[in-house]
Amino acid sequence: MLKNNRWINLAFQLAALLLAVIFTTLILLAAGAPPLEAYKNILMGAFGSLDNFANVLVAWVPLLLTTAGLLITFSAGLWNIGVEGQIMLGAIFTTWVMRLLQDTTMPPALILTLAILAGMVGGALWAMLAGALKTFGGVNEIFGGLGLNFVATALTLWLIFGPWKRPGVASMSGTVPFDDRLSLTVFTGLRLSPWALVIAVAAIVVVYLLLQGTYFGLRLKAVGRNARAAFLLGIPTWQYMMMSFALCGLFAGAAGAMQVVAVYHRLIPSISSGYGYLGLIVAMLVNYQALWAAPVALFYAALNIGSIQLPIVLKLDSSLSGVLQGMLVLFVVLVEGARQQLMKKS
Amino acid sequence: MRKTILQFALLAVAFAMVLSACGTAPTAAPVASEAPAVTQAPVVTEAPTVAPTAAPFTFGILLVGPYNDQGWSQATYEGAQYAEKQLGGKLVYIDKVNPADRPGTTASQLAEQLVNQGAKLVIFNSDDMKDEALKFAQANPDIYVIGASLDWTWKDGKNYKESPNQTDIMGRMEYGKMIAGCAAALTTQTGKIGYLGPLINDETRRLASSAYLGAKYCWTNYLGKNAADLKFKVTWIGFWFNIPGVTSDPTQVADEFFNSGYDVVLSGIDTTEASKEAAKSAASGKKAWAIPYDYVGSCEAAPDVCLGVPYFNWGPAFAATIKTASDGTWKSNFQWNAPDWKDINNKDTSAVGFVKGKALSADAGANVDKFIAELAGGLNLWTGPINLQDGTAYLKDGEVGTDLQVWYLPQLLKGMEGQSVSQ
Repeated sequence: MLKNNRWINLAFQLAALLLAVIFTTLILLAAGAPPLEAYKNILMGAFGSLDNFANVLVAWVPLLLTTAGLLITFSAGLWNIGVEGQIMLGAIFTTWVMRLLQDTTMPPALILTLAILAGMVGGALWAMLAGALKTFGGVNEIFGGLGLNFVATALTLWLIFGPWKRPGVASMSGTVPFDDRLSLTVFTGLRLSPWALVIAVAAIVVVYLLLQGTYFGLRLKAVGRNARAAFLLGIPTWQYMMMSFALCGLFAGAAGAMQVVAVYHRLIPSISSGYGYLGLIVAMLVNYQALWAAPVALFYAALNIGSIQLPIVLKLDSSLSGVLQGMLVLFVVLVEGARQQLMKKS
Repeated sequence: MRKTILQFALLAVAFAMVLSACGTAPTAAPVASEAPAVTQAPVVTEAPTVAPTAAPFTFGILLVGPYNDQGWSQATYEGAQYAEKQLGGKLVYIDKVNPADRPGTTASQLAEQLVNQGAKLVIFNSDDMKDEALKFAQANPDIYVIGASLDWTWKDGKNYKESPNQTDIMGRMEYGKMIAGCAAALTTQTGKIGYLGPLINDETRRLASSAYLGAKYCWTNYLGKNAADLKFKVTWIGFWFNIPGVTSDPTQVADEFFNSGYDVVLSGIDTTEASKEAAKSAASGKKAWAIPYDYVGSCEAAPDVCLGVPYFNWGPAFAATIKTASDGTWKSNFQWNAPDWKDINNKDTSAVGFVKGKALSADAGANVDKFIAELAGGLNLWTGPINLQDGTAYLKDGEVGTDLQVWYLPQLLKGMEGQSVSQ
């Protein structure tokens, strides 16, 4: 009876949120900081002006793209930790095509389109490498993915300080920025590109439809629930896993492409911005349901952008938002566990 | 589950709204929470104190790392605090300005946040923000920009860009590194000095080479030894700090130095592995010393093995440059500031300094002082004959290296071991 009581579930979720806030507040108090001021500043920093909210959306786009991709691999029961590297390869492929075409007479829109597509391909290829390691090499995707992340970072640095170094002194600031005409168009006065928004929203819709409304999604989930049973029922298991890697890589690669064409306009050492790991957290928090990825990713993007105010206004350490994010994950997981325990008992 | 997630999300939003409502009510009181205590140098009285004008001049600084990193960022942050005090201005800052710590943000965007807080001038503290600093300066012609360690405004440089509201500043750390190299040469008992390098570029090459020039000079002139008997090896880890799986592990590199007879290791990286490994080696009975970098207080990581530290003192240049912005006498320029040779550790005048560490012997210390006095007297180690590592002549006999030749050093020098160019 307890099982279907949505109010009980709601109470548990509320408890998780409250606990996270209470613990963060305690930490703030221990640090001698005013908690309400801090929360208010985070909120105003994220939503206080159109400019700030647009910045939140700028961070939301790659996070949502990454999360969308991860929902596919999670559905297939795969822990695609390598998503971070897939974002980087997306950025590298995009930068590569931009460098090749920037001095041609091709129209910018075409160059950008090709560059973004190249980024998606780059991400997909890198993901399939992790998939191949798993399928043919017997390397667990977590370890294979982590290893490939290191390789991707090394590759990025090598390109920036080696073959793609700027004239004069190679810089931590990255490769030479692309011409303004090769940036995705933005809303006037803001940093946000409508195209980036459209791509991100389209991605999550596609993934939602794919997982909820198609035979492919159903079979993918069957593989994820029980690969052996799925295999016995005639689903080509490894092909499905491989496909889920490739699809996830496409989205992660798109995130990397956005970082290049819409945010940084060049390749920089930390081009992936940790969106891969953040995306893993978001995907877990929404319990792998596509529908809720958008608001939760927005919440995370807002925390990141809002917390910029902490050092400026309150001279508080800005890792506070990280504490709050970590607490949230911890308590949501803890409370979910407690709820399931209680449900079993009743 | 799906429903509960929806409820969760709705609640989160509701909760956030409640919070914001609560938050707006009692805001009248200005928040006066102080920045965490940072050891401040005593203000010397002879410093030219500027009478604060009616409204304090607000300026901001963007720090690539944490404000209390005991390294590069802390050095620039304390420089900005010094300027705040000297000018009676108001300082606002954001730290960890890098895409890994602040996903989705750019330095120019964060600079605008500082402007929203009233900043009329923004300091960009790192090469990481090179492009963003220029972009911000060009998009905000009414706001002044200082680029610490940047070179956009250097007319003779390879990267010159016209940017009238910008001034780039760097300290002549070459001297600090020479002094560090000298201290190392005077201390080493095996005649082998290791240099823990970050990544390979013109800047890191010129700093490592300066250390070598200082070491060679003191080795031959003060100890009367043969230059060929001095080994000076540079090992690059590939980045400014350790990235597991990507860079060489600096702990291991430092360790290898100490295990293969190198008894002094100079650090060129942002973190303190050299000092820590030196302390470990010393604890196990070996002779081992280290020389950290960047921040005046960085000997504290391992005081007993520290020979001293070459450090940046950004305060005077920041204060002087910000003053021109506040009183309307601003003129874009490029500063490559030398130490104040009357007293290289004068907080109010010297851009680069060297503080001796506990582990430096009295004899060596006296010779280091002598070396500093010689430098002050006009000794220039960037004087030919200087050959590049591959044997090409770089400076002819008696030829004095120009700023351009020193800044854009294409290789390590003859006599140094280690990679000159990244492959």
